[in-house]
Amino acid sequence: MKLTLKIWRQTGRKDKGRFVSYAMDDVNAEMSMLECLDVLNESLIERGEEPVAFEHDCREGICGSCGFMINGIPHGPLPATTVCQLTMRHFKDGEELVIEPWRAAAFPAVKDLVVDRRSFDRIIAAGGYISVSTGNAPDGNAILVSKDTSDRAMDAAACIGCGACVAACPNASSALFTGAKIAHLSILPQGAPERDGRALNMVAQMNAEGFGGCTNIGECTGACPKEIQLEVIATMNRDFIRGSWKRRDQEVRTVKPMTEWSTGSKLKIDPHATS
Amino acid sequence: MALDSRIPTGPIEQAWEKTKFDLKLVNPANKRKHTIIVVGSGLAGGAASATLGELGYNVKCFCFQDSPRRAHSIAAQGGINAAKNYQNDGDSIYRLFYDTVKGGDFRSREANVYRLAEISVKIIDQCVAQGVPFAREYGGSLTNRSFGGAQVSRTFYARGQTGQQLLLGAYQALERQVNAGTVEMLARTEMLDLIVIDGKARGIVARNLVTGEISTYIADAVVLATGGYGNVYYLSTNAKGSNVTASWRAHKRGALFANPCYTQIHPTCIPVSGDYQSKLTLMSESLRNDGRIWVPMNKGDKRKPEQIPEAERDYYLERRYPSFGNLVPRDVASRNAKAVCDEGRGVGPSGLGVYLDFADAIRRLGEQTIRERYGNLFDMYERITDENPYKVPMRIYPAIHYTMGGLWVDYHLQSTIPGLFVLGEANFSDHGANRLGASALMQGLSDGYFVIPYTIGNYLATNKLGKVEESNAEVRNAVACVNETISKLLSIKGKRTVDSFHRELGKIMWEYCGMSRTAEGLQKAIGQIRELRDDYWQNVTVPGAGADLNQSLEKAGRVADFLELGELMCIDALERNESCGGHFREEHQTPDGEAKRDDEHFSYVAAWGYRGPGNRPELTKEPLEFEYVHPSQRSYK
Repeated sequence: MKLTLKIWRQTGRKDKGRFVSYAMDDVNAEMSMLECLDVLNESLIERGEEPVAFEHDCREGICGSCGFMINGIPHGPLPATTVCQLTMRHFKDGEELVIEPWRAAAFPAVKDLVVDRRSFDRIIAAGGYISVSTGNAPDGNAILVSKDTSDRAMDAAACIGCGACVAACPNASSALFTGAKIAHLSILPQGAPERDGRALNMVAQMNAEGFGGCTNIGECTGACPKEIQLEVIATMNRDFIRGSWKRRDQEVRTVKPMTEWSTGSKLKIDPHATS
Repeated sequence: MALDSRIPTGPIEQAWEKTKFDLKLVNPANKRKHTIIVVGSGLAGGAASATLGELGYNVKCFCFQDSPRRAHSIAAQGGINAAKNYQNDGDSIYRLFYDTVKGGDFRSREANVYRLAEISVKIIDQCVAQGVPFAREYGGSLTNRSFGGAQVSRTFYARGQTGQQLLLGAYQALERQVNAGTVEMLARTEMLDLIVIDGKARGIVARNLVTGEISTYIADAVVLATGGYGNVYYLSTNAKGSNVTASWRAHKRGALFANPCYTQIHPTCIPVSGDYQSKLTLMSESLRNDGRIWVPMNKGDKRKPEQIPEAERDYYLERRYPSFGNLVPRDVASRNAKAVCDEGRGVGPSGLGVYLDFADAIRRLGEQTIRERYGNLFDMYERITDENPYKVPMRIYPAIHYTMGGLWVDYHLQSTIPGLFVLGEANFSDHGANRLGASALMQGLSDGYFVIPYTIGNYLATNKLGKVEESNAEVRNAVACVNETISKLLSIKGKRTVDSFHRELGKIMWEYCGMSRTAEGLQKAIGQIRELRDDYWQNVTVPGAGADLNQSLEKAGRVADFLELGELMCIDALERNESCGGHFREEHQTPDGEAKRDDEHFSYVAAWGYRGPGNRPELTKEPLEFEYVHPSQRSYK
């Protein structure tokens, strides 16, 4: 089939960026959206042009690397499907696909369809874990968790961190992402001791990153390739409110969002490198 | 060169405990003075970084992806083994050890495997405490299933996303250390060379993948946890970014590469559909617990599966292996699928496929139960193939999945370069010639959480390491090598894309060094790979610049290394003139077509040393001794 791909090209953060249209004459209906981009890129390289930069890795819908907007919908028209598993048979011959990156202040542009999602890592670092160092664990069956509870935790834990929820939200809020991790850990008995502080810290970091506020629109859950449910946001809000009261004396610390891709510690030679 | 594997003496049951006691410790106040580089953030690297950070070391963790959570461990579906014996069905540490040595076709090191089985039980405890939502019974206890050729139920799982949940556990522990300031995370930073000073690993050269900046990082020890090299075949179940570059460049700096020809072909993947195909999608092996594998009895039978009556179907695994049936180990299941397709009985448009049929299981258990067990896998299959596996049988075919070979390590997981440690799939040590299902996650976490934190301390406590200056000749030499390779790749400006070379290499490897191998084929492959490699360095085109996000350049460096590794794999496969596990030499089979080992001549680890471009690598043998599990012909009949 024939398709036109109208793709956002941007050389870097300082470039304004623009759409460029590419005509594809021989798209196989069985190929994935990313394989379609592979075919385009091969032809661009052969013509001496720069290929379209896009993120991808596992191509099985689980690593969360890939993702872009297709005709204004994160990951395209098929529900519960990432672009790596979206086959071209879901498009019509002759169709034009407008392809552009996630757009959010907290996801600075890197190049073409690639954006910087390290803000998600910083939200997790603020408290998205259970503080148990290696070696401290009791026997696995010493902590009983009912099947229903475990299933609900798993539903929330299925988040792949792709960022579609943020891209879908008119406010560019990351409430679904943050809520999913808070819900996963908060539902389980292992996560209970840190429940209040965790919500306070993660929400504070989410705000520091420049994500917008949640106004319960629900576009996020509709766009989520793992169908994370809106109730995780309710869980986050509950934990946050309770934490705000019970931990009102707790000092909430956030880290400054880092947007440059400079080389880590900047130290060419580490001063601690000798013993 | 003689290899000292540092295998402890005495009873195997006490070997690890004794070793741990004998290891020297680093004083808690001194730990922060030691910098440790960990390359890779999957189960092994993530777990190691988190744990070393918790202990107080100064850790720098590198990954080429945008976040440590993307590491390919995340894609593991089926589960993780542990000898908990929660099901009271006769499991034990010894049985897991025994099964793993036997499953590896007696080509692994007994002491390492025993330690792995011993540690397995602690892994589950740790992961539960981290909040990994393992599947549960109604009463709240952990549930298990039987998996990939095991006759006990010892596999723990979180739906079909066990790897994801375990990795997120390790990733969260890692981020906790980032927050605590003990771990510095360098995402989108790819290791391109190892710095070796006075014979010891002292750092890496890495490229920032966004800016293209080349930097050096100095440390007291370097840990590689960079995964396997299945992408040498181009098409595999590995993530697109998975590569051998870190391991290969360490190899070129003196680390021996062990058993490179041992690759695992996974029997249950979605068949190839066209030339544009970029990767193969795995369907979890757990499907074989309830699915029945068959092909038509007659060659060239083009009828739809539902039109083929029971009497004209050949459930070939159940027929040939009545006691294990559809649950035979991966290598056996894969070879049998290839055999029936070679006979012309394969199904699907390409004829390279067999049916995996759930009709009986649905009749027996109901669609709801099957949906609960495999729902996400069935959905994924339908998304990709547009066929509903609740109604028509799945079509599956074997694909490259895992590489048992890797950098040679001793019992401490140290390579032949002191101070360079190798964990997880990147090392060679625990799976012999064939890995059992649900054992990769176990090994990655065992190495990362419970082995390296002990053994690296001993190295640091017993080695006096001097200060490294930036002006050091070895540092400058490593940076120069990296810069030279990059500018060369960018300057060739030939006519062929990197992917086109990669695809061609993959075809050679799959044809001659894949599911079955012959001396003649391997020799042919070696010649073809050399020609292809020469052509690559004349004719490849890499657009763009070095000082930019340049995905073509990233791939170009990785494919250059695959073109060298491919040859070594063929050399190793040729040298190993026997069949064992995933390495099937057609010349060596039993009358009924099973792999025939030659223990008298090949009961060793083949560790290869790099001797410069174009020179034949040097083979060093580490003899394998089996004191506990006596080598026998594997039989799953």
